Amino acid sequence: MSKSVRRYVAPTELIDVARELLALGCRFQMAYHRHSGRSLEIVYLVDQGPNLEFLEIIVRSEGELPSLSEVAPLLSWYEREIMDLSEITFIGNPESFPLVVLNGMTLDGSPFDPNCDVQPLLSGTPASPSLPEIEASQVQDLFWGPIRADIVETGEFHFAYIGEEILHYTPRLFYKHRGIEHGLQNRDPAAGLILAERVSGVGTISHGLAYCLAVENAFGFEVPQRAQLLRIVLAELERIYNNLHFFAMLAKTTTLKVGEAFGLLLEEEAKQINAKLSGHRLLRNLLSTGGLRRDLNVGFLAFELRSLKAKVQDYLDSLANTQSYLDRLMETGILSADAAFDFGATGPIANASGLQRDLRVHHPYSGYDALSMKIPLRTKGDALARAEVRAESLIGAFDLIDQAIQTLEPGDINLYKPIVPVGTVDGLGWTEGPRGSCFYAVRLNDGIFERVKIKSPSFSNWKAFPLTVHSSNMMDYAINEASFGLTIAGADR
Amino acid sequence: MKNWTLKGLVAGKATTNWPNSGDNDGQDGVAGMPIFDPKQCSLGCQTCVQVCPTKAFSVEKNNLDEVSVSLDYGRCINCQICVETCPSEALKSSPQRAMVSRSKSDLVSSDLEGEPEVNRLQSRISSIFRGSLHLRHVDAGSCNGCESELGALNSPFYNLHRLGIFFTPSPRFADVLLVTGPVVPQMKEPLLRTWEAMPRPRFVVAAGTCAISGAPFDFGYSGGYGLSDLLPIDIFIPGCPPTPAELIHGLLLLTDRIDQKIHGGRNEP
Repeated sequence: MSKSVRRYVAPTELIDVARELLALGCRFQMAYHRHSGRSLEIVYLVDQGPNLEFLEIIVRSEGELPSLSEVAPLLSWYEREIMDLSEITFIGNPESFPLVVLNGMTLDGSPFDPNCDVQPLLSGTPASPSLPEIEASQVQDLFWGPIRADIVETGEFHFAYIGEEILHYTPRLFYKHRGIEHGLQNRDPAAGLILAERVSGVGTISHGLAYCLAVENAFGFEVPQRAQLLRIVLAELERIYNNLHFFAMLAKTTTLKVGEAFGLLLEEEAKQINAKLSGHRLLRNLLSTGGLRRDLNVGFLAFELRSLKAKVQDYLDSLANTQSYLDRLMETGILSADAAFDFGATGPIANASGLQRDLRVHHPYSGYDALSMKIPLRTKGDALARAEVRAESLIGAFDLIDQAIQTLEPGDINLYKPIVPVGTVDGLGWTEGPRGSCFYAVRLNDGIFERVKIKSPSFSNWKAFPLTVHSSNMMDYAINEASFGLTIAGADR
Repeated sequence: MKNWTLKGLVAGKATTNWPNSGDNDGQDGVAGMPIFDPKQCSLGCQTCVQVCPTKAFSVEKNNLDEVSVSLDYGRCINCQICVETCPSEALKSSPQRAMVSRSKSDLVSSDLEGEPEVNRLQSRISSIFRGSLHLRHVDAGSCNGCESELGALNSPFYNLHRLGIFFTPSPRFADVLLVTGPVVPQMKEPLLRTWEAMPRPRFVVAAGTCAISGAPFDFGYSGGYGLSDLLPIDIFIPGCPPTPAELIHGLLLLTDRIDQKIHGGRNEP
């Protein structure tokens, strides 16, 4: 596994360094703050390109830093989160209003500061958001949420619209903010895993595995090969049931009732296979730092998955032959390649907009380099392109499981009495989940967490999503949202 | 052009007959909440108390200085760590069993005998809804695992509608407030406002362990501590997340269509 390299940069040089990196084709992945002794540092994680080590740009701060939002817009939300949770101000952030701590709420104390005497606490009552007013005749405001119809996650959306046309759209998330990064502080990795598995329920393996990889990277653990391959099986099973849910929702929003029912039934079949294999429908309680908690009997999987794959292929073919469905997806919610790159779109959203990126191929982990796979790519950037990319990655998941099972040999599934290093160690772990890239950056001292940063795929994609809603129309909103397949729990953490 | 109606008709019925008849509840292989039998605890090592990530076990001393350990399923996220580490036979794995209950006390293991207590008036009122029950779901900070399983209830396999249970968009039309998530600070107010908007009689179902006690998110500046101190819970459905079958058990128990099976944390006869 490639580790990361570090580069310390002075605040005054930060913007120039960022421009330089972008000109070289690098891309920012995330930013977070951490306390190091008495000083505070901001860490920017940079992807330097396929198979190259990740770069950590570290800036020591004295309260104020230049914002990089204009150079790399995807960093804006990270900067706002840091501003909400610490004393730092980013000068020049174009959206300098709260993100994580909603209007009307106050956060006492500084959650990640070990020198802060106040017990941090979030209190108050969420108030109406303060939005720039649109002054034009007949513009209407619609606030939708935080509690919305149907079985959906909590989030509030604001539409400024005239008739059918949406002028501007603002999602207001973070109602569900649980402060999980803070909750992981002072825990040992074994106890923290249950929280990582519960950042996003439908991303149990994406998050859990990225967490384990980060800890294993910090501790220098080498996971046995059998465990690595079984982890791939779990990760791809997660991709299968998530993508089936995605197609059910796409059929639902395009009012294809029977198509929705088929999708939900296939998702249910996939979850029942998960349970038979792992004892848990969402694949929880299996991962451990160093391998797996117990060995898995994959004997029955090949047969069950072959039968499921045939049904899935038939389902996808049926959808691809349904004109009314295709009509609603074509040209809906177009995200350009530039916007996808600048605003940090990841996973199928990036692949549908012409960015051929996949951590499984470009920064392989957990033995993915031994398997062969193709990254789906489309350039149109509309809802149909996103659906096509998902369909390919769904079928690809079945193939990857086949390959993993074929190369599986008996062996250990966990480390024998691993030794936890003393002192301060850092680690980085990542996975490519069904929704895109998930990163965990950890710092441990004597085997106890000092800081954990979680970057979920939905946090990235929610940033890019509004670009496809502005100037679109109300009728297409639900379809467009379904075509992004976002989770809110992952973004809110 | 695909004819979906024909495709659906050809595919035939996918719905299970359970719970009306048969036992195919779709949960083959699901690991249930651990079975705890303090009488088998010979070593007194309290390993379970130490390893439990959500502090579901508690230790009590009586006036003879005898130590006893109890398990609160309202804090159990079914992570199976205690089962894997218990050196004796006191904690055992089990196939799925619905630990659904009308009272919090029945979720705590104890040596209670007899039948679970039933509030006759309450169950009579709720049994009026046995033919048609409308739920308003509120996500008060969940990990979306519960939403995933609630969504599964609408799949053809469970087809919740056949049981006369429906999700409704408006709290005005809802009989039940079904809450998931630990109730984080920023969700407390929206949740209570939904409750106020509901007509009486109204019921509360706490779906998932975190909606009951907040565990494992009962920490830090933005944690939640569950519904217990906020709203009068009628049905407790622990689980992380509860499976669709457990959710159905809970909703049937609410409307008095099945009897409560667990008592004192046990559902063995």
